[in-house]
Amino acid sequence: MLEINDLHAYYGDAHVVQGASLNVDVNEVVALLGRNGMGKTSLIRSIMGLASPQVKRGSINWKGQALLGLAPFEIARRKIAYVPQGRRLFGSLTVIEHLTMLKSASAKHGWTVERVLATFPRLAERRSHRGNQLSGGERGMLAVGRALMLDPELILMDEPSEGLAPVMVQHLEDVISDLAKQGLGILLVEQNLYSALAVANRVYVLETGKVVYEGAKEAIEHEPAKLTQFLGVK
Amino acid sequence: MSLNLFQLLNGLTFAALLFIVASGFTLIFGLLRIVNLAHGALYLFGGLVGYSTVKLTGSFLIGALASMAFVAILGVALDKGLLRFVRGAELRQVLLTLGVAFLLNDIALVIWGGDTYTVPVPEALMGAMRVGSVFYPKYRMFVLGLGVFVFIALWLLINHTRLGALIRAGVDDPETTEAMGINIRMVFLGTFMLGASLAGLGGAVGGAFLTLHPGADAEILVFSLAVVIIGGRGSLVGAATGALLVGLLNSIGQVVFPELAYFIIFGPMALILAFRPLGLFGRTA
Repeated sequence: MLEINDLHAYYGDAHVVQGASLNVDVNEVVALLGRNGMGKTSLIRSIMGLASPQVKRGSINWKGQALLGLAPFEIARRKIAYVPQGRRLFGSLTVIEHLTMLKSASAKHGWTVERVLATFPRLAERRSHRGNQLSGGERGMLAVGRALMLDPELILMDEPSEGLAPVMVQHLEDVISDLAKQGLGILLVEQNLYSALAVANRVYVLETGKVVYEGAKEAIEHEPAKLTQFLGVK
Repeated sequence: MSLNLFQLLNGLTFAALLFIVASGFTLIFGLLRIVNLAHGALYLFGGLVGYSTVKLTGSFLIGALASMAFVAILGVALDKGLLRFVRGAELRQVLLTLGVAFLLNDIALVIWGGDTYTVPVPEALMGAMRVGSVFYPKYRMFVLGLGVFVFIALWLLINHTRLGALIRAGVDDPETTEAMGINIRMVFLGTFMLGASLAGLGGAVGGAFLTLHPGADAEILVFSLAVVIIGGRGSLVGAATGALLVGLLNSIGQVVFPELAYFIIFGPMALILAFRPLGLFGRTA
């Protein structure tokens, strides 16, 4: 479904993604792991076609079609949703306005406002609150809910569990697992290794912009030496 | 007392005109991060187009609509033809729009010459009406009503429509807005057209009680800048508050301290900038 080959991306002269290759299929959660500054967010931003970093080499294909050169909104409309790092909710928009940016509130097909609110009941109680009036957990839920309203086939999630209470992380993991069961592909960037391993089918580890490890999650889960080597955890 | 009410009405009606012009300015400033120094020239062009159209058709309404449409098209040409080459480079955008302002001024001079024009007021709005204890020009009361109407219409558009939500999202975070599947360039363009058309409407309406002459663009631009700086970039309520403050201070200042009329506007503006750099209702991007 999503195929990235030999991708090179730069912030100015800084070569932040150095020939990364990976793929994500339907029905699977792929975790992209790595320490801070290793290029995970840059890779996700490159897939979304955001202005920086600048991709200078390589290819990103989605269902066989090239994504490079498309505007972010064109990529999103190809059913690739994005949950950005830090949520980046709109401070002046209410919960409902976040969910109806592309679809009207009365839409009946795919993900609807009602379905998102049923998935995240807490948001239903906050429907008229603005993005800057929500708690950390509510912000996390809304960022995922907003992405779901695109009826995505692939979701790029950049540290969705960041700053969440353990009970919220658990809820998010359940939602991610459910989404994969419903046929979505999910590329999950996580600092929280154990949260990522709880939901992922496969794992990539990025180091200085290169994929240095690829395998089933069980493989890395049971190899403490690799966890220490790549992620600095024991 | 009567004199005071007259001044108050003068201030309010001038504030209404300022709001019509500055609301377009603040929309463009807030969403596109462009200090559009050609906004005054768009006002002047709108006024002159309105003047010629009213002369030609005899209809003030057609004149005002023609002003809005013509200046909206000018806005599209400015955005798609020039500003797209300097996206994100704020200083270049400022210099570019300043250059466009000079260019439009010269074009206006070529077409309409250096004379002073006044847009003919429709017959129904001629004469005076009693407002409290004074007789006051009907036309200026119409401008006051139009200013209130524009405020309500824009407030409803921005706060209660999906387009308005997209504009607010674009003000908050254009990159994320685009990543959510929104063609932010079209939102930008639509907002630029709306902002420009408000300058055109201001020109047509203001041209009937302020004269249209070479240099009128700079005068209205300075007032609009003051309104937006006081109110805060991108804020409709801020623009209304700023317009009220500037309109009333200008009116009172001209009567009470004529030598200090400008200081009475720009002194408080400097104070607001010192203590609230983002303006009264401005927010960080």
